Amino acid sequence: MSETTSSKHVSFLQYKGKYKGILGWILSTDHKRVGLLYLYTMLVFFSLAAILGLLMKLQLIAPGYTIMGPQTYNAMFTVHGIIMIFIIVVPGLPAVFGNFFLPIMIGAKDVAFPRLNLASWWIYVIGILVVLTSQFVGGWPDTGWTFYAPYSFQTPANVLPALFGAFILGFSSILTGINFVVTVHRMRAPGMSWFKMPLFPWTLYATAWVQILATPVIGITLLLTVMERVLGVGVFDPALGGDPILYQHLFWIYSHPAVYIMILPGMGAISEILPVFSQKRIYGYKAIVLSSLAIAFVGYFVWGHHMFTSGMSGRALYAFSFLTFIVAIPSAIKVFNWVSTMYKGSLNLQTPFYWATSFIFVFMIGGLTGLVLGSLATNVHVHDTHFVVAHFHFIVFGGTGFSFMAALHYWFPKMFGRMYDANWANTGWAVFFSGFLTLYLPMFYLGIQGMPRRYYDYLPEFHGGNIISSLGAILMIAGAMIIIVNLVRSSRHGQKTSDKNPWGGRTLEWETDTPPTLENWDEIPNVTEEPYEYK
Amino acid sequence: MILGASTFVEGVDFAFMFILGIAFFFLISITAVMIFFIYRYNKKRNPKATQVKDSTTLEITWTVIPLILVMGMFYYGYVGWIPMKKPPEEGVTITSHARMWSFSFEYENGRVSDKLYVPVDTAVIINLNAMDVLHAFYIPAFRIKEDMVPGLANNRTWFEATKTGSYSVFCAEYCGLQHSYMLSEVVVMEQDEFWEWYHDPDAMTLEVPDDADPAILGRQIISSKGCTACHSLDGSSLVGPTFAGRYGETITVITDGQEREVLYDEEYVKRSIYDPDYDITEGFRPGQMLSYEGEISEEEIEFIVAFLESLNE
Repeated sequence: MSETTSSKHVSFLQYKGKYKGILGWILSTDHKRVGLLYLYTMLVFFSLAAILGLLMKLQLIAPGYTIMGPQTYNAMFTVHGIIMIFIIVVPGLPAVFGNFFLPIMIGAKDVAFPRLNLASWWIYVIGILVVLTSQFVGGWPDTGWTFYAPYSFQTPANVLPALFGAFILGFSSILTGINFVVTVHRMRAPGMSWFKMPLFPWTLYATAWVQILATPVIGITLLLTVMERVLGVGVFDPALGGDPILYQHLFWIYSHPAVYIMILPGMGAISEILPVFSQKRIYGYKAIVLSSLAIAFVGYFVWGHHMFTSGMSGRALYAFSFLTFIVAIPSAIKVFNWVSTMYKGSLNLQTPFYWATSFIFVFMIGGLTGLVLGSLATNVHVHDTHFVVAHFHFIVFGGTGFSFMAALHYWFPKMFGRMYDANWANTGWAVFFSGFLTLYLPMFYLGIQGMPRRYYDYLPEFHGGNIISSLGAILMIAGAMIIIVNLVRSSRHGQKTSDKNPWGGRTLEWETDTPPTLENWDEIPNVTEEPYEYK
Repeated sequence: MILGASTFVEGVDFAFMFILGIAFFFLISITAVMIFFIYRYNKKRNPKATQVKDSTTLEITWTVIPLILVMGMFYYGYVGWIPMKKPPEEGVTITSHARMWSFSFEYENGRVSDKLYVPVDTAVIINLNAMDVLHAFYIPAFRIKEDMVPGLANNRTWFEATKTGSYSVFCAEYCGLQHSYMLSEVVVMEQDEFWEWYHDPDAMTLEVPDDADPAILGRQIISSKGCTACHSLDGSSLVGPTFAGRYGETITVITDGQEREVLYDEEYVKRSIYDPDYDITEGFRPGQMLSYEGEISEEEIEFIVAFLESLNE
């Protein structure tokens, strides 16, 4: 195709629609602009919540009062959790890369419902604003992001806006889910049968179902909690005849599948990146597809493993433990397939590849320590300790975060039509990765030693592990700053590129212009090959 | 592993070793394979990739082997855990009361203590009673943890300690402001030593030597009941007002929504302990403290008053 400058080939970044300036973005129904809106919003809130995390780690560098009092500390881990979970990792890869690349990767011009898609972002922003009002009107909530009853009804802190905001954010999630399911069913390019669809769209599809089916449960739960606080209904509060364990069930019936909402798209992105940087077909395409669907399905039935010490009946507990071990298998299958993809490949050691392989490493640590938590005897000892904190940061931050960074460095040139500084990107990765391990590995040890989580202060025997962990936090934040500055700078001043396929990818997004035009395609492509058909 | 001192330790630690052993094996070998691939097949050394066909045999192998291993993990986890769920019929029964933010332990003969005293090599059944919000009863050295749920029937746990000594008791479920200060100790004693302590008639009533300083006794009561979690001794405001420099002063409180002046005297101290929400000190919130009626005797209040008085000196 020749490099024409006809009006048809104006990139979506330059395209002038009905509105100008910022309105051209926040009122745009173009899936690519919506994806970038999510990216920018998340960047702001991720930075905020990461700083809260750093301050918490600085508080824990020594026992006793270091830089803040207990009320501030409790509010910080609550707000850190709410922002990171509901505003960052749950929307996560689907909202940014799903919006941007799902239509392109299946050869469509947009998602099925572009207006609904923009509405999702607006609902998301409204949800954020409602959550934020809790910081300015009344005190910060101090319940932890889990809002466990009955403490969440008794604390005088400002829990309501946070709950209601999370409720609104849920709608954004459901609408995105519906949009993606319909898009995948109805808008695949001619010839793209289900098993010719690349793996990232596959995982988005599996995730979308979880979003649609599980999110209403948390919506109902949060609404019941609001009603309980305002009207004193008495569903969860034992003082009113309610059952606090019921709250935990309802909360985890959503929040466990939510972990798969967070991690599945990340697995999809890794499954895109490894073949490209190995110049090889993905190993076990069908195994990866089926294991993704299996995770999405079995993931509904394991919520009880968050409640092994809650007072639930013993029989229920070992059923939950058993199912938890079953759900570990599909993840293991994926790891084996990813590593096999590298076998006899021609490995192109670039930034996205570093992120992808370090993803496999941290994801393995997260998954394998999950086995400790799935087993009843060991769970009782480490439940609600720093071990759990380390475990879920390895999965949610290590898994979702590393795959997010891998995806961002992989698709960056396509999204912005510019290249980032690879040296800085690699330096940032190395610093971040070392900081990450130094921060979270000692927490496993602290947990086995018996240090409970959500601890403002601790006994002297826990000091050693905390010093190392806090120093790791400083290192990791330094790495994050290098990465963010490099990417933000490069998105504006990086070297321009119109190379359609800088990495040698075989999926459809590498056949569009860089950056893509408004409707992605002059002509809808005809798909004849399976994805990743390297010769 | 870390220090262990109960009959559960062996089963739990075996499950830990079994799972962590397999986990380390897989982590190290898969990482080594990855590093080898990066070394062997990087673009410089291997400019052209060789396409490899999927192998169903391989997929089945790496599905079945992990499946067998995790079933082993499930089994040992189950075996190590099931004894915790089966408290014996016979044993010492103690009730643990938890409130924001302290534990207290009540024995069958009515004795109450702030530390948990138990005999070695004897089954001890702990009834768990959460008085306000969720707490969790956690003794790392015994490998036990059980949530304390307000209103839950049959909320209990048990253990049999195997070594004398004292070990930490933590609240493991987040319960608000001073959660990290909600801790106690379990003191494991030789059996005869324990029973001697248990039946000690003097211990049942407050032991008051003639020459004892009532203020020091008051100080002991204040710390054993966990009062200082919320009331400081240095003038700073925590959840509740400070104890320092208040006794004998006239203070402003809210009673039934009405502001009024009241003298901070013995009568006021007693009312604040038995009916904490009756007067609310200006600038603080109601509903933060449960009544200590039946837990702190009137005699003990006299000592507390002596202590408060001594803070003015």
